[in-house]
Amino acid sequence: MALSEFPRLGFDPFVELRRMQSEMNRLFSGFSATGTRDFPPINIWLGENSVVVTAELPGVTGDDVNLSLEEDVLTLAGKREPKAQEQNVSWQRRERAYGSFSRAVQLPFRVDPDKVQARFNNGVLEIELQRLEADRPKKIEIRAA
Amino acid sequence: MSQEVRTVEQQTPSNRESAQRMALRPVFMPPADIYETKDSIVVLTEMPGVSSEGVDISLERRVLTIRGHSASQDHSGYQRVYNEYTDGDYERVFTLSENIDRDRIEATLKDGVLQLVLPKAEAAKARKIELKSS
Repeated sequence: MALSEFPRLGFDPFVELRRMQSEMNRLFSGFSATGTRDFPPINIWLGENSVVVTAELPGVTGDDVNLSLEEDVLTLAGKREPKAQEQNVSWQRRERAYGSFSRAVQLPFRVDPDKVQARFNNGVLEIELQRLEADRPKKIEIRAA
Repeated sequence: MSQEVRTVEQQTPSNRESAQRMALRPVFMPPADIYETKDSIVVLTEMPGVSSEGVDISLERRVLTIRGHSASQDHSGYQRVYNEYTDGDYERVFTLSENIDRDRIEATLKDGVLQLVLPKAEAAKARKIELKSS
């Protein structure tokens, strides 16, 4: 109000406009944060010779997810299906998203495709991958002359 | 027939206990699906990482509060190198527009999705009214 261009008038003709603007900003502030996010959100954990990828996949079971590995790229693909439910329901709120998803993750090193472990834990998928034996850093001994 | 379920999106947790927890970790508003059948209201909320011990549901009058506390996902010996989501708590408050038979509420947690079946109280169910012929 202090920034009003009409201080002498005693009222601000644009107060309503500004209120609307801030209301609009508030309404859309949360929009981009959720709308543009890739699904599923992932975290990557790095160990000495292994890497763990975790993904938040609520409502998804192991049968719904396909994991594939190509060189050092791990791909998570699958489908989120709404649970079959009884007919004649009236929806009050539908905020959960459904449909197919696919995400490729570049790993920090090449991994052994035979030593991949994946498990679901309360809607969080955890994939543990071991670094390829041939790819591991080798210690080089220095011989004394 | 279709009754309305209103929601109160609380950005700030009301009681002190959750306010204290918020100082340490973020509180998320989990997305929810709500549908109504002939005799119950079904609420589905996504709370990945929450085990059954971490769920706290309360119904006070018509205010339904759902809280979830996700276990820490720290991996010992591992270092977090890339981050798109963080551990946190989930909290959501709904105001139900109907009386619920609170003795028959069923809650199940499966694959990170909490399902609540809230049976309508007998009095709230729609009754067919017969016309008496004179």
